[in-house]
Amino acid sequence: MSELLRPFEFEFFRNGLIVATVAGALCGLIGVYVVLKGMSYIGHGLSHAIFGGFAASALLGVNFLLGAGVWGVASALMVNGVTRRRVIGADAAIGVITTASFALGLALFAVFGRAGRSFDAALFGSILGVSTADVWAVAAVAVFAGVVVFFAYRALLFTTFDPEVAQVSGVATGRYDAMLMLVLALSIVATMRVLGVTLIAATLVIPATVARMLTNSFGRMLGLATGIGALCGFVGMNLSYHLDVQSGPTIVLVGATLFAGVFAATGARGLGRVAAFDDHPAPAGVSLPGKVLHGG
Amino acid sequence: MSADARASAAEPLVELRRLTCGYRSSETPALVDVDLVIHPGQFTGVVGPSGCGKTTLLRAVTGSVVPAAGSVVRRRGLRVAYVPQVETVNWSFPVTVVECVLMARTGRVLPWPSRAERAEVAAVLDRLGLGDLASRHIRELSGGQQQRMFVARALFQRPQLLLLDEPTSGVDVRTRHEVLHLLDELNGDGLAIVLTTHDLNGIAAHLPHLVCLNRRVLGAGPPLDVLTPEVLERTYGATMDVLEHGGMPIVVDQYQPSNVVRMRRASGS
Repeated sequence: MSELLRPFEFEFFRNGLIVATVAGALCGLIGVYVVLKGMSYIGHGLSHAIFGGFAASALLGVNFLLGAGVWGVASALMVNGVTRRRVIGADAAIGVITTASFALGLALFAVFGRAGRSFDAALFGSILGVSTADVWAVAAVAVFAGVVVFFAYRALLFTTFDPEVAQVSGVATGRYDAMLMLVLALSIVATMRVLGVTLIAATLVIPATVARMLTNSFGRMLGLATGIGALCGFVGMNLSYHLDVQSGPTIVLVGATLFAGVFAATGARGLGRVAAFDDHPAPAGVSLPGKVLHGG
Repeated sequence: MSADARASAAEPLVELRRLTCGYRSSETPALVDVDLVIHPGQFTGVVGPSGCGKTTLLRAVTGSVVPAAGSVVRRRGLRVAYVPQVETVNWSFPVTVVECVLMARTGRVLPWPSRAERAEVAAVLDRLGLGDLASRHIRELSGGQQQRMFVARALFQRPQLLLLDEPTSGVDVRTRHEVLHLLDELNGDGLAIVLTTHDLNGIAAHLPHLVCLNRRVLGAGPPLDVLTPEVLERTYGATMDVLEHGGMPIVVDQYQPSNVVRMRRASGS
């Protein structure tokens, strides 16, 4: 028992644990919208794009949260704009923008040679070097995301479920889509140090998917996904310390184990619900007419 | 009734004046020179072939289409509710019937319903025969119930004008009758309704007022005046005959040897 509690003596671990738990909850909450709007690929791409901002800010000596934040929000708005334009396939456009940004980050590190622990940490997440500033940053983003989801609950649900009718009913769907992208970008920036850019997408998708297997109600799914995300973050961070594995992988593996357990317990019923994720009409902000989805 | 109230009751809800509009992706406009007036309590069906601009017309009424020429005049403070085609909905989305109805009223700041809202939703669902299904997932409903749930969501917005896009596409005959009776009842309470349909005999012939559309308005009036071979040919570009049965027009394909596709020759009939 005392062995389990021992890491709590270290400030860096307590900070890391708080960040991992709040980050898990935050990604779980936002992940519900990401998954239901079919934005998983955007989440994946955006986290890679932000790596470019991370590299640039590390080299320029700019504060990481500020540099990656500006870069992330800019990429998010660019992706949002491209997906609404419909000129080229949204997934192709996202692939170009975000992978180019990721490649730029790698190239910057290669040329200026400052790879090392922070480089690894950005890619795979690290328990080390989580500062009090990181705790405040992730807490601030979590509060912001919570406030947005709370006060725009119905409008966001309407926009996510039925964007065309929502728009006709006077909901500013474009504004809510942009808001979601903004919250997503900020969440990735605030959590990338603990979760790692290559693994953030999983922390967005897994809690929402597990929650979906457990409920048919949107309100309950939001609550469950948030709780599951926090749990994975908390347990994963503890495992990371004891197993001496990067925090990103342990958090994702805890989520995957939970997924397998819930999947085994709910069986075909749960899977039937999740199969639905492939049914969403289109990626974020794009709506294609005439998708036939009679589940019956 | 005061003079003011009379004047506002007579004032149209929406008026399209020589409206021409289209989409950026296409050179040809979706609607050309369309005139349409929707009065309080009116019940209109819009008919025409696929791609004739029916859905664009509904969008124009909602105000979400930018006119290239002409104008759309909507009464101040008009509340319009829209019922989508059930085929376009993601039925696996995690919402229950009651959550689906509640999402339509976005004005409330808090996520959960107020006591008054809860009572109102219960009343709307009861009226549409969905009272016992409030906590069901939307996928567990039959086709007719799904359609009625979206009508319930629309009614929860307290509209003066209800728009329905192909409300009976993909449903069986019984559901079609159910939907027609429901709409008739709502119209009887004073709600103005505009729907689009491709079903001339099953739906259009039952309605009090029709608009035949093929980018332009080619005929408007009661079914017996509008469902004529001439108007139908101009609308659909195909020759059709109109029979009369029980005082209602019945539209059938015109019998011509060239119209008959012989597919039964192998069966020997």
